[in-house]
Amino acid sequence: MTLHPFFPPVTLSALTAVSAMGVGLAATRAALQARRSGLAPAAPEDGLPGTWIGRVAGLDTVMLPAPLARFTCRNNRLAELALQSDGFAEAVQAACERHGAERIGVVLGTSTSGIAETEATYRRRAAGETALPADFDFAGTHDLFSLARYVRARLGLRGPALTLSTACTSGARSFLEGAALLRTGQCDAVVVGGVDTVCRMTLQGFNALALLAQGPTRPCAADRGGISIGEAGSFALLQRVKDAPDAPLALLGAGASSDGHHMSSPHPEGLGAVAAMRAALDSAGLAPEQIDYVNLHGTGTRANDAMEDRAVSHLFGAAVPCSSTKGWSGHTLGASGALEAAIAAICVEAGLVPGCLGVETPDPEFRADIATANRQAPVRRVLSNSFGFGGSNCSLIIGHA
Amino acid sequence: MSGAPETAPPAVRCRIGGLGLLGPGLSGWAASEPVLAGAAPWQEAAPVVPPPALLAPAERRRASLVVRLALAAAGEAAAASGLAPGMLDTLFASSNGDGAVVGAILDALATPGGDVSPTLFHNSVHNAAAGYWGIGAGSMRPSVSLGCHDDTFPLGLLQAATQVAAWGRPVLFCAYDAPLTPPLEACRPTAVPFAAAMLLLPEAQSGARATLALRHRPAAPATEARPRSALRAALEEANPAARALPLLEALAARQPAHLAWALLDGMGLEAELAPC
Repeated sequence: MTLHPFFPPVTLSALTAVSAMGVGLAATRAALQARRSGLAPAAPEDGLPGTWIGRVAGLDTVMLPAPLARFTCRNNRLAELALQSDGFAEAVQAACERHGAERIGVVLGTSTSGIAETEATYRRRAAGETALPADFDFAGTHDLFSLARYVRARLGLRGPALTLSTACTSGARSFLEGAALLRTGQCDAVVVGGVDTVCRMTLQGFNALALLAQGPTRPCAADRGGISIGEAGSFALLQRVKDAPDAPLALLGAGASSDGHHMSSPHPEGLGAVAAMRAALDSAGLAPEQIDYVNLHGTGTRANDAMEDRAVSHLFGAAVPCSSTKGWSGHTLGASGALEAAIAAICVEAGLVPGCLGVETPDPEFRADIATANRQAPVRRVLSNSFGFGGSNCSLIIGHA
Repeated sequence: MSGAPETAPPAVRCRIGGLGLLGPGLSGWAASEPVLAGAAPWQEAAPVVPPPALLAPAERRRASLVVRLALAAAGEAAAASGLAPGMLDTLFASSNGDGAVVGAILDALATPGGDVSPTLFHNSVHNAAAGYWGIGAGSMRPSVSLGCHDDTFPLGLLQAATQVAAWGRPVLFCAYDAPLTPPLEACRPTAVPFAAAMLLLPEAQSGARATLALRHRPAAPATEARPRSALRAALEEANPAARALPLLEALAARQPAHLAWALLDGMGLEAELAPC
């Protein structure tokens, strides 16, 4: 365990992940080990021939508890499926019984919340009608806060609840904000994580930016062609080490930064990314060589992956294996930092460095050690990167408690 | 019911330094302080949202009304603090984000063959104001953006104070919202633009205006006995960010105050404010 005055580690007392890779941690781990991608060709109604998407199957049949039916939308169905997985809701219940419902907070990230519901509502208007139908529940579905309110109510919690939205760092950033609630003594446990679901706005928006890959995304490949969009819901229960002494895994450090450069292009030299990674290392009191694997943001765009290679190799040289797992899940946007925190936890427990999918040789320009095949190795600590529009950066360090 | 022992919840504490404000009849904190203190009458007038002085011309053209609103209040609070804007951690809180941009994208998606503009798409992210702030202030400091519907101001204040107390650094907190466009406007009425910003400082820091102690409660607070000012009566329900007004009035009055916000789902936030 690393004890540091700046960032006392907090345990990941419970963890769950649902994505196109699978429902729950065991399925996610099996997909990683079998190198089985969850991506599939876009449906005809997506209107994006040639692109691949990481959708979660069966979401339409996931029901929310009847008293919370107003929150029904694809995003909250995915949240519900994640809460039901890996015994997560039961673990929160146990913490609730011990500490009290008012002592457990909820901090979750999403980029688009239930906006797919709004899109469908726009489409079901009668011809010539501009007003939205009266049964459209803006606060229950479209609104960002819908996610944190639903999860808090579903888990019977009474502590502070927040929805963060910092584009593709939302899920990662929730861990840092949850840790702040623990550190100030306002909560004894915090449910953190992220949920984002595929919607037309995201698909068409990234398409308009010419950032969608033809075929499945291939992060770090020399001829990489962009992003595959995915969806995911992933949660962690953060607690102080003294309250969960048996938890095997912990958030050892976290750091955030801004690029202050451009709204949708990363700083070419990756200065913001370096600042976030360095802040995470400093907060944990760790040197770069104490990291055993870097889970890259690795979206598969030309600009992101080149920038991230420069940033990572600046700090780690070629001494630490790196890869992106977005070839399995797609880019799950505001959930990606939370999903990849769960993947980092799996890598620690399994001693696994998952090599980028669909990449025979990494971009020859890259200087970092890019893994393209799975490697079995002791993985004590993983640094996981998330970067987003608006120049938002966040790095988490996950390892043995 | 939980078996945990009943204990008083710990308060999260910080100080309040520089302030910024922009809303109807409230053109900046400095100009509005007598109105907020009740020493001058409030006169409703549409706010003039200035072009962001921080931004280069290209970004200034791309910055929407919402972004300019947020940057005006944040810039005033930072300038009043005397601290370099680029050195401040920031928390931007908005219920609607850039609702006009989101609305334009939804309109395009509902139109056969309607294309989404790439600039609109990157401006649609909830952290757009934070992104422009970072570019304008040349800041590489951490920034977080949140959206909590009607509770956006009180919960943003709580989390900003939590960051200050947890990490011992100043945080520039800015709450802002602007009207949506039809048809979303009917689902989420927001009558006027409003932005409030404040620099929150660690407890030990000198040069502050007031100290603040906040407590989240699992119950709605008692209703206020005192009648609201005309300003509050006019604006508090007209914009989620205008829920800053009770705190702003207490700061202008320079008197100790107990404040409380009723939050969604039966929660509450209580605040003790004391002038320094």
